[in-house]
Amino acid sequence: MSRLKRLMSWLTTTDHKRIGLLYFYTAFVFFLVGGLEALFIRAQLAQPDGHVVSAETFNQLFTMHGTTMVFLALMPLTASFFNYIVPLQIGARDVAFPRLNAFSYWVFVLGALLMNASWFTGPLFHAGRLNVAPDAGWFGYANLTSRQYSPGPNIDFWLLGLQILGVSSLAAGFNFIVTILNLRAPGMKMMRLPVFSWMTLVTSFLIITAFPVITVALVLLMFDRFFGTHFYLTSAGGDPVLWQHLFWIFGHPEVYILILPAMGIVSEVLPTFARKPLFGYTVVVYSGVLIGFMGWGVWSHHMFSVGLGPIADSVFSATTMLIAVPTGVKIFNWLATLWGGQLRFTTAMLFAIGFIALFTIGGLSGVTHASPPADLQQTDTYYVVAHIHYVLFGGTIFGLFAGMYYWWPKMTGRLLSETLGKWHFALVFVGMNLAFFPMHLIGLLGMPRRIYTYSPDLGVSTLNLVSTIGAFLIGVGVLVFIWNVWRTRTRGQTAGNDPWGGATLEWTISSPPPVHNFDVIPTVASRLPRWTKTQLKAIPEGAKLAEIHVPGGSIWPLVTALGLPVLALAPLSHRLPFAFVGATIILLGIFRWAFEPFEA
Amino acid sequence: MTECWDSSTFDAVSRDRRWLLPLLCAAGAACGGPFPQSSLRPRSDFAGAIDRLFTDIFWWAVLVFILVEGLLLFIIVRYRYREGAPTPKPTHGHTLLEIAWTLAPALILVFIAVPTMRTIFATQTDSPAGALRVEVVAHQWWWEYRYPELGVVTANELHLPAGRTVALALTSADVIHSFWAPGLGGKRDVIPGRTNRLVLRPDSVDTLLGQCAEFCGASHANMRLRVMVEAEPAFQAWVGRQQAGAASVAKGSLAEQGQQAFRRYGCVGCHTMGTMSTAIIGPNLTHLGSRMTIAGGLFPNDSVHLTRWIADPPAEKPGSIMPNMHVPAGDLAALIAYLRTMR
Repeated sequence: MSRLKRLMSWLTTTDHKRIGLLYFYTAFVFFLVGGLEALFIRAQLAQPDGHVVSAETFNQLFTMHGTTMVFLALMPLTASFFNYIVPLQIGARDVAFPRLNAFSYWVFVLGALLMNASWFTGPLFHAGRLNVAPDAGWFGYANLTSRQYSPGPNIDFWLLGLQILGVSSLAAGFNFIVTILNLRAPGMKMMRLPVFSWMTLVTSFLIITAFPVITVALVLLMFDRFFGTHFYLTSAGGDPVLWQHLFWIFGHPEVYILILPAMGIVSEVLPTFARKPLFGYTVVVYSGVLIGFMGWGVWSHHMFSVGLGPIADSVFSATTMLIAVPTGVKIFNWLATLWGGQLRFTTAMLFAIGFIALFTIGGLSGVTHASPPADLQQTDTYYVVAHIHYVLFGGTIFGLFAGMYYWWPKMTGRLLSETLGKWHFALVFVGMNLAFFPMHLIGLLGMPRRIYTYSPDLGVSTLNLVSTIGAFLIGVGVLVFIWNVWRTRTRGQTAGNDPWGGATLEWTISSPPPVHNFDVIPTVASRLPRWTKTQLKAIPEGAKLAEIHVPGGSIWPLVTALGLPVLALAPLSHRLPFAFVGATIILLGIFRWAFEPFEA
Repeated sequence: MTECWDSSTFDAVSRDRRWLLPLLCAAGAACGGPFPQSSLRPRSDFAGAIDRLFTDIFWWAVLVFILVEGLLLFIIVRYRYREGAPTPKPTHGHTLLEIAWTLAPALILVFIAVPTMRTIFATQTDSPAGALRVEVVAHQWWWEYRYPELGVVTANELHLPAGRTVALALTSADVIHSFWAPGLGGKRDVIPGRTNRLVLRPDSVDTLLGQCAEFCGASHANMRLRVMVEAEPAFQAWVGRQQAGAASVAKGSLAEQGQQAFRRYGCVGCHTMGTMSTAIIGPNLTHLGSRMTIAGGLFPNDSVHLTRWIADPPAEKPGSIMPNMHVPAGDLAALIAYLRTMR
């Protein structure tokens, strides 16, 4: 295949496995970008009165670190597993809407590139500096984001980029709901669905319900900034607190969008390496669903310091504490899964156990700020930074690493090195605790978050230095992982169908699977098809296989996606023609997409 | 900066959290000095109530932590893979156990929720009659304090009498900020278009540090504050000095030239100065000389730092709304002499 042809095959692919890989590599690059931003932040804070970066750049760094990690790294990394693994787990040939799936991916890439272009495009806006990245925090509180207090293009990049990314998430959310509900293999009843696929379903429902809220919030902000409305401005009767409500009604479900997939991964990895089925499958699934629902009733716990009054504080405190119950239930069920097992400490298992250990700490610190009076001392300090990193790094990222080691052989046909994997785990585990545990104390001792400099008088200099050392240790750990991935390409051990003795359908087929996944769609008779005898019907000798339809590639999802950033250039550059060009591209793309002939 | 906290303030950690000290010392932090901005060092009824509540929750968390992590460690050791061991029994669940570990955390949460609710309602009360009222106005990036009953207006350094209930009314002149002096208690957001309240009673003479806790733009890190909790007589004396008119400058002195410069370079456009000007964009400078710090609590109030500050504010404090007025060295010296006179 010529080089051009190979490139085109990736640009036009609608294969969920290839899109899964595209998601993985792209999101991992942004994980590195977000990590680099974090290392700049930690370098600046290694000592008081630091001078590594300027105040303006620092504010851009922490804004983009949060935005990148949430929207460009963690969510798309989970999406890469949704894409690659879910169709295999449910016994499907692809997702329900393969071209929409490609569209989701391309919109994600283009939105991410548009937002990150702000690092280099200052001169185009006569900003007097190279970097005009968003700088009002990943939470972008009004009215700091108004034109009056943020006149530059920084916030425009943020609000336009996020709107584009929202399109990607919504399309993917709908796609996976339809896929999981409609494309399950015969006999794959809902209560036989692997927990990871269950959590994908719950997450997808959260995505399609939460993202419209932030979209509304962003559209109102766009109107305030471009068309002189006053939704968030007190000057004409608006209220900046409205933004906080909208943002956190999205923002809290978003936390579960980030953690539930990781919980799903852990629920797959632990049973495999304990050689025991998941303890209390039904309860684990229901508590995941319950967490999804309850996540909607707690948003104001991000706003205890706003002064909503004692009644509101009490109610949101109570609902928040209640969420600890299903979360605790999950932890106990995982422990019971391990109890009595034969635990094989593969790297995937180490990361999954690390998840339990670290997520527990994040959950417990979460309970301390579910109490509004205590939260008034903790919110907006490094104590909360410690909390979110125990949840999102110790939780989500550990879960994702577990998934990478677990499914890498399935996705590439080769096993990642276990020796390097253990180094990776050890470095990241130690580094993560060094980086984030001291932050609990730093916060309690009075250091607020989002400050580019602090006084030596606070007495937190040593703790900050320790934290910085930990952060760089994580960096070394991630480099080991990259080295592991690189050498596995050529030197990795061949995996075979099932290197781990897994219980679910993805382990019945070759690694990597053929384009059509299953020669014959399996008929499922139990929750753990590969662990129960006589579960999968064998193909009768000499049976004539039905013709397999696999959708051909299409360039139109990419073309349609291209229209969105062009459209965004119009408000960004205050030049209307871009709007017409962008809209034309989108319409053309959709038209050709709609009338594209189906080819096998 | 060398001022304010003497050795008597060394009890960085409150009584019931002495165990933290070795931990901090091990980290090398406690040995570096006291923690003037610590939330574990309550100096008011409000801060004390929070501290007691947090201590309770903390120990519950420690209990659960030991239980879960201990169990996890036990399992890792006890059930590690051994060659030739039989295949594990495939247990799928145990209803009674699952009910138990649903109820147990729920029960613990009741023990946390009840004192939480009690503290919420106890700390968000109306201010009693006779409370000292202070209006806190947050600006990018400094704090304005107005004592309406006393006719005192000052900046960045909040003076409070020990043992008297204070009612702070918080408003913002621009974006959202958050008033936080951990020794006084929890933070409260300062939101344009709203008036938020904090009612508290400082209980011991001390100097506390604080700073803005809600990200508010370029110099959010530089929006610091001090709280001087003083004995009643010392507080009254301070009020007396603040109520006095602006100091007069001697004819023909350098300070008098400075006074003219203050007018000529447009300082009067933003700053209140005695009866000379009543502008309210920047801090009231009538008694600047009586303050320990300048520029949002960022620098000590001495000639060196004042000179550097006025020579180029945005260089000293990123985003500073006070512009560089390009004051030549001679006039700058006169200005400093004048400002140092304004005690």
